[in-house]
Amino acid sequence: MTSTVDPGTVHDGPGREVSILNSLIVRFAGDSGDGMQVTGDRFTTGSALFGNDLATLPNFPAEIRAPAGTLAGVSAFQVHIADHDILTPGDAPTVLVAMNPAALRANAADLATGGTVILNSDAFDQRNLTKAGYVSDPRTDGSLTSYRVYEVPMTSLTIEACKPTGAKPRDAERSKNFFALGLVSWLYHRPLDSTVAFVAERYAKNPLVVEANTLALRAGFNFGETAELFESSYEIPPTTLAPGTYTNVTGNTALAWGLIAAARQSGLPLFLGSYPITPASDILHELAKQKHFNIRTFQAEDEIAGVGAALGAAFGGALGVTTTSGPGIDLKSETIGLAVSLELPLVVVDVQRGGPSTGLPTKTEQADLLHAMYGRHGEAPVPIVAAKTPSHCFEAALEAVRIAVTYRTPVYLLSDGYLANGSEPWRLPTSEELPVIDPGFQRETNHVDEDGTARFWPYMRDPETLARPWAVPGTPGLEHRVGGIEKADGSGDISYDPVNHEKMVRLRAARIAGIARTIPLVDVDDPGAASGEKAPLLVLGWGSTYGAITAAVRRARARGLTVAQAHLTHLNPFPSNLGGVVTSYGRVLIPETNLGQLVRLVRADFLVDAVALNKVEGTPFRVGEIERAIVDLLATEGYSEEAGE
Amino acid sequence: MTTTEHDTAGSVAAGNPTSAPVPLTTRKDWSSDQEVRWCPGCGDYSILAAVQLLLPELGVARENTVFVSGIGCAARFPYYMSTYGMHSIHGRAPAIATGLALSRPDLDVWVVSGDGDSLSIGGNHLIHALRRNVDLTILMFNNQIYGLTKGQYSPTSEHGKVTKSTPFGSLDTPFNPLSVAIGAEASFVARTHDMDRKHMTETFRRAHDHKGSAFVEIYQNCNVFNDGAFAEITAKERREEMLVPLVDGQPIRFGPEGSRGVVLDGDARLRIVDVADVGEDALLVHDESRSDPSLAFMLSRLAGGPYEPTPIGVFRAVERPDYSTLVDQQIDEVRARKGDGDLDALLRSGTTWTVE
Repeated sequence: MTSTVDPGTVHDGPGREVSILNSLIVRFAGDSGDGMQVTGDRFTTGSALFGNDLATLPNFPAEIRAPAGTLAGVSAFQVHIADHDILTPGDAPTVLVAMNPAALRANAADLATGGTVILNSDAFDQRNLTKAGYVSDPRTDGSLTSYRVYEVPMTSLTIEACKPTGAKPRDAERSKNFFALGLVSWLYHRPLDSTVAFVAERYAKNPLVVEANTLALRAGFNFGETAELFESSYEIPPTTLAPGTYTNVTGNTALAWGLIAAARQSGLPLFLGSYPITPASDILHELAKQKHFNIRTFQAEDEIAGVGAALGAAFGGALGVTTTSGPGIDLKSETIGLAVSLELPLVVVDVQRGGPSTGLPTKTEQADLLHAMYGRHGEAPVPIVAAKTPSHCFEAALEAVRIAVTYRTPVYLLSDGYLANGSEPWRLPTSEELPVIDPGFQRETNHVDEDGTARFWPYMRDPETLARPWAVPGTPGLEHRVGGIEKADGSGDISYDPVNHEKMVRLRAARIAGIARTIPLVDVDDPGAASGEKAPLLVLGWGSTYGAITAAVRRARARGLTVAQAHLTHLNPFPSNLGGVVTSYGRVLIPETNLGQLVRLVRADFLVDAVALNKVEGTPFRVGEIERAIVDLLATEGYSEEAGE
Repeated sequence: MTTTEHDTAGSVAAGNPTSAPVPLTTRKDWSSDQEVRWCPGCGDYSILAAVQLLLPELGVARENTVFVSGIGCAARFPYYMSTYGMHSIHGRAPAIATGLALSRPDLDVWVVSGDGDSLSIGGNHLIHALRRNVDLTILMFNNQIYGLTKGQYSPTSEHGKVTKSTPFGSLDTPFNPLSVAIGAEASFVARTHDMDRKHMTETFRRAHDHKGSAFVEIYQNCNVFNDGAFAEITAKERREEMLVPLVDGQPIRFGPEGSRGVVLDGDARLRIVDVADVGEDALLVHDESRSDPSLAFMLSRLAGGPYEPTPIGVFRAVERPDYSTLVDQQIDEVRARKGDGDLDALLRSGTTWTVE
């Protein structure tokens, strides 16, 4: 999906054209210390305010500050903006802003053919070229001939622009990211006002920095306007979005806000037990800021204590939540098993990242699904909810809490590194639109002994949900003990009776399976359905592949192919119609950023010969990769692009 | 309950005013209907009795009392109490109890644990609960052996311990539980033993009344796998000679007619002396509220093991804010500054734009 130039160009003063673009994919790349994330973020906000649809993909190294100028230290931020509804941060950037040779070398291969490279020529000295591993200068050795290259001496222009501040050149030079932002803002007609306001607020404590960044920003903008370097500037008209108030939100923020909303909707005080880990930590940070919502955030001594404290809080009647990523989830497994046995509400947020072990801490992967499903000893079923886009993390958090509280069970809420740090415009709900979650605390005894004594039986189940009562300390007459040892059905007393154990194992399984009665049926988007003839292929996904799959299906349809699509938010239990859906299609393709986990569940549950499409590069699918797989798979079935349906 | 009228844990607590007079109770009221299944002769029975006899005297309500345990013989304790309780997972009771205590500061939360549970698999959680000063009463039954797994050495077993897992003798240096607790910034540290109900009761009472983490080591006899581990000091006829009672504000002395005592040597070491040799005034006066923990630490190491004169009682009891209080204070401060959270305002706190 490279940018396309509308033939209708208009003139902007003598000899300068303004071309209209439908979409644009910009990647800002530089050293970790160059401020590329903030640059990308500001360009994104400017575009959002302009009214474009957008999607972002930050990409940064695990090291805080790898040696400057090296490939290991390159940090990048990609943003896709468009005048229409888009779903992904884009496959190949059409514009690469490279602050040094390493940034160019690490990213040039991704650039679309014919794309634009804007590079900071001041950084292209022999030392930096060598550090980046260039044997010859890419600007002159012909390796960039398939791109339009603009060389701008950003460092020296920034130092010059900041002279009035009196800042030392070494300090002034640090504003060069704002120079780059100003230049790109001119090139793509982005207003500067919101960034000027942002700079004033963000760096308020240091007026010199405010002044330098603002001067650099304006200098970059003015440079574009006056330097005659660029033949044309571009405009991406606003998108037609549904009416409403929007904000640009990352998955981690939306998830944190979803938990706050769920606490409000359930009337339960939120307790987060967590241990810092990338990329989940921002959820802890966000909730720690919101203590005025009566939120207790507990930075525990380790992952085990984080989930343990959350479970202890749940026993006391709080909304217990723990958040983690990667190896953190391994450490929490035993406590999740206890929560299964105690039948208490608990939300376990897993922001998945590349594994095994430390793996790829800052990169995305969907490889924890089977762990969430099966990663405990014994028969220990746990419901799983997976968010599909950054803003959907809000809704997914509410749903995870609904299931946890209603069914008295730990629930896995799966996000991933891509959703966590990626962002998109979100039409904000109002609190009145949100569902109410009823904790339904137990107040009274629920059993009478043969001798007439009224008792509280902690494992007496609701006949509808099979959930047990939640009786919290402080409630007189309902004192009871729970524990990890098998309990007698009903009374909850310790029981080693074999028949009772099998009964309890089956009850726990039936309770989780029964959740399917309260979750929506999986919705199938099948263009063939209207004509009564189903598409020959269903593309089924879960989690963060939603955007790429949807875009790929749209492209396949644009090629004349008939393709159906369905996407899962509930992974355990599945929506009750899923078996019927997958068995009704000739072929089922399941793209996942793992080696095939949902595909195993689907094959095992429904005996369907589903086809896996897998990628484990630590990055989301490119739309083209899924599109290719769709086209190839349909070709083997005898459907070609020309043949259409 | 209607869907518009939200229940909260807070309102549950509020619905049970702690100010109301708690009805008089007896041991029976605090005992559950579950059969106690420790081995006959186990020291745990007398600890259970001491706690069940103490609780009616404390003026607390059963429904506001929670016992949390990990795994091990001691960890079965909550099942025998007619309070709220949780038998959790090995070593994690302090972490689970921390979450409960932070979210429900109105509750009386006890942690019951053993030497393996507290100092081996759960060592990390114990030290962090202590340093944070979470309002917990932690009873650690120390029998210097793994009982539930049938007799392997524990982190408090003496060096050279021959067990099933160490047939040629253990090679580890043991932990001194009180030294660990004092090193972990514990604000209350005490030791008692299972042969003296009265001493246990008074020690538990002090621990319960302490605001913050209270750590009590209880020498407990495992008559099956480590019988007599403490007999040298706790047997009735040995106590006078071998137990050194710590009494706040009093010179530290023991033995027949208080004939022996503890002095702080010129080389900054504690030494056991005959009072007749040094005179009463030379004895170290116990000061449990001394802010510097060094003397309490030295006292915790006066005995090399339960075969030398061993101090019992309260080693350290200092006041510092408990964690729940600090957490609640911070929330109150933020609320006062920002006002109560408003979800709609939060969602609109970033840059927003409106599409007509």
